[in-house]
Amino acid sequence: MRELRIHGRGGQGSVTAAELIATAAFTAGVYSQAFPAFGVERRGAPVQAFVRFSDEKIRLRSQIYEPDYIIVQDSTLIRDVNVFAGMSEGGIAIINTEKEGTYNLPKGVKLIVIDATKIALEEIGLPITNTTLMGAFAAASGEITLEALEGAIKERFDAKLADSNIAAAKRAYAMVKEGHV
Amino acid sequence: MALGIGCTARPGNSRNNKTGSWRVFYPVMDTEKCTKCGTCQLICPEGCINQNPDKTYSIDLDFCKGCGMCAEECPDKAKAITMIKEEK
Amino acid sequence: MTMEIMEGSIAIAETVRLCRPQVISAYPITPQTHIVEGLASIVADGRLDAEYICVESEFSALSACIGASAAGSRVYSATTSQGLALMAEVVFNSAGMRLPIVMGIANRAISAPLSIWNDQQDSIMMRDSGWIQLYAEDNQEAIDMHILAYKVCEDHNILLPAFVCFDGFILSHVYEPIDLPSQELVDSFLGPFNPYQKLDAKDPISFGMYATPEYYLEFRYEHDQAVKRAADAIKKYGKEFGEIFGRDYSELVVGYKLEDAETAIVAMGSICGTVKDAIDEMRAEGKKVGLLNLRCFRPFPSTDVAKALAHVNTIAVLDKNVSLGAKGAVAIEIKEACYGSNIPVYDYILGLGGRDVRKRDIKKIVELAEKGEGDMFYGLREEVL
Repeated sequence: MRELRIHGRGGQGSVTAAELIATAAFTAGVYSQAFPAFGVERRGAPVQAFVRFSDEKIRLRSQIYEPDYIIVQDSTLIRDVNVFAGMSEGGIAIINTEKEGTYNLPKGVKLIVIDATKIALEEIGLPITNTTLMGAFAAASGEITLEALEGAIKERFDAKLADSNIAAAKRAYAMVKEGHV
Repeated sequence: MALGIGCTARPGNSRNNKTGSWRVFYPVMDTEKCTKCGTCQLICPEGCINQNPDKTYSIDLDFCKGCGMCAEECPDKAKAITMIKEEK
Repeated sequence: MTMEIMEGSIAIAETVRLCRPQVISAYPITPQTHIVEGLASIVADGRLDAEYICVESEFSALSACIGASAAGSRVYSATTSQGLALMAEVVFNSAGMRLPIVMGIANRAISAPLSIWNDQQDSIMMRDSGWIQLYAEDNQEAIDMHILAYKVCEDHNILLPAFVCFDGFILSHVYEPIDLPSQELVDSFLGPFNPYQKLDAKDPISFGMYATPEYYLEFRYEHDQAVKRAADAIKKYGKEFGEIFGRDYSELVVGYKLEDAETAIVAMGSICGTVKDAIDEMRAEGKKVGLLNLRCFRPFPSTDVAKALAHVNTIAVLDKNVSLGAKGAVAIEIKEACYGSNIPVYDYILGLGGRDVRKRDIKKIVELAEKGEGDMFYGLREEVL
C-alpha cells in the first residue's frame, strides 16, 4: 500500500485533489481510498487530505502518518506545519512555490518544487493549484496516468473548466517528466 | 493545561489561536495616504484593525487572515492599503 | 458486478433511491448532510418519485416519517448526534407504533463538549428504543444494510424500524470503490412496500394509543419479542441477499482469523478494518489474535457471540461509546453473553469524539489485555487531566 498526504489551506481544493487522484487510480485498476482530515473547514486554515493506493481492498481507516508522497499546495504552510512528518527514504515531496527555499527534508526524500500558482494563473486564470499539482504528482509518482487524471477531471468539472484544468495538469506533468522543475 | 470542569473556558481564549498564520497576502497601510475615514476598521471581519491615539489605523498581523477586504474597500481617493504576497 | 468509486454519503443516497421510498424527511446535520443533499437532488431531478418533506427540526423529520409510514408509504430519514437526541421522543414512538422506517445514522459524538467528530454514542444512546441497530464496517456494507433493513423491517412478523449505522466522516466522507446494485436486483429483492396496516379513512384505525396498566406490560413484551425475532429475520434475508447480490449477511457476528485465536477483539463499525490490518501484522509475528465484528447491536446476538468466543483465552472489547458510571455498552453485552465461561472480558473506551485509532493502538490493546489490564479509557492524554 502506498500513501499520499496533501497539505493545503481551506479553499485550495485539497479534498477535491484527493478525490480526483483516488478516482483516477481506481479507474486505472487499483484500489484507492480518499478522505479529508475532518475538522476546521475554514477558508485559509491549514487542512490535510489523504489518499491510499493498494492492489488489495483497503481496510485501514486511520489517518496517514508515514506517507510515501506529500503534496504541499502552499509553501507558507511549511512555517506552521511539519509537512514532512513521517516521510522516509524513497519518498517524494511535491511543493508549490515560486522560489525554492531550504527545507528540513528527511534523508532520501526526493524534492520536486514547481511554481504551480504561475501555471494555474496562466492556464486557468485562478490561483487554484490542485489540478496542476495532480499533473506533477502523476509524473513524479507513477501512481496515476495522465489519461486517467484527465478522465477524472472531465467527470468532475464542466467542459470549459475541465479543459483549462487539464491543460494545467499536462503542463506540470511534462515539466516534471522532462526534469524542468 | 487542566480541563475546565463543565467544558468551560475563560474569556480571551481565541486570542491564543493566531489565525494570521493562514494568510497568503498581507495588508500594508500607508499612513500618509490614509484619510482616517475608518472604513477599514468597520469592514474588517476579524476586527483586527485598531485606531491609534493619533487617529491613524494599524493592522494586527497576528490575527489578519489576509482577506483583502480593507484594501478593496479603502476609498478611491485614498487607496492607502496594499496587499503584498507573504514571503515564502 | 461493476465497481464504482464515490463518496460514502452519495453511495447511500443512490442506494436509498434504489429502495424506492415514497416519502423522505430529514434535517441536515454534519456529517449526515451530503446524504440528504444527495436525496434532495435526486428527488428534484425526477430520478425518484418521492415526496421530500422539508422540515424545521429532526423532531419534525421523524414525525413526518411516522405519518407517512402509518399512511402506508415506504419512508427514509437520516440523522446523527444532536439530531438523534432531539428526535428521542419520536424514536421511541415510531418503534412502539411498529412502523418499518429505515434511518441512516452517520455516527457522531454527543455534546457537551460539542464535537462534530465520530464515535458511536448517538446510536448507543437509543439502545433501548426498540429499533434494530446494524453497524457497517465499510461503505459497501452501509449500502447493503440499507436494502436489507427495509426487507427485515417490513416483514409482517417483524414490523420494526431500523438504524443503519456508519461512522460519520470515516465512512460518510470517504471515497472508496463500491458495487452499487442495479435497480432490477433491488426490485427483485425488495418488491413494493406492502403495509401490514395503514391509515385509511374508509377503514379507520389509530396508531400509538394510550395503554392502561392492564395492557402496557403486554405491549412492551410483544415489542421485545419482535426485536428478538428480528435476529432470525436478518439471518434469513441476509442469506437471501447474498444469493441475489453475492454478498452474504446471514451472520450477525462475523469472525476474522478467529478460529484458532487465543485473544479476540470485539468491535463494531469502521474500526474493524483497521483491526483486521493490525491482526494480519500480529499474526505475522506469531500472535494468535482474531476479531469478532458485531454487525448487529439490537437485537443483541448473545448466543452467537458466546459460541464464536467460546474457545478464546482473552477478550478485548473496543467501545466507541461509554455508559458513564458503568462501562462501554458493547462490553456490558459481551460480559453478559460470556457469563459463566470464565473468559476475562476487558473493555477499552477509545476513539471518542474523533480521536484517531491506529494499528499500533490495536496492538497495544492486545498487549494490555494479555497482561490482564483493561476496563479503561485507552489513549488518555495524561498531560491535560
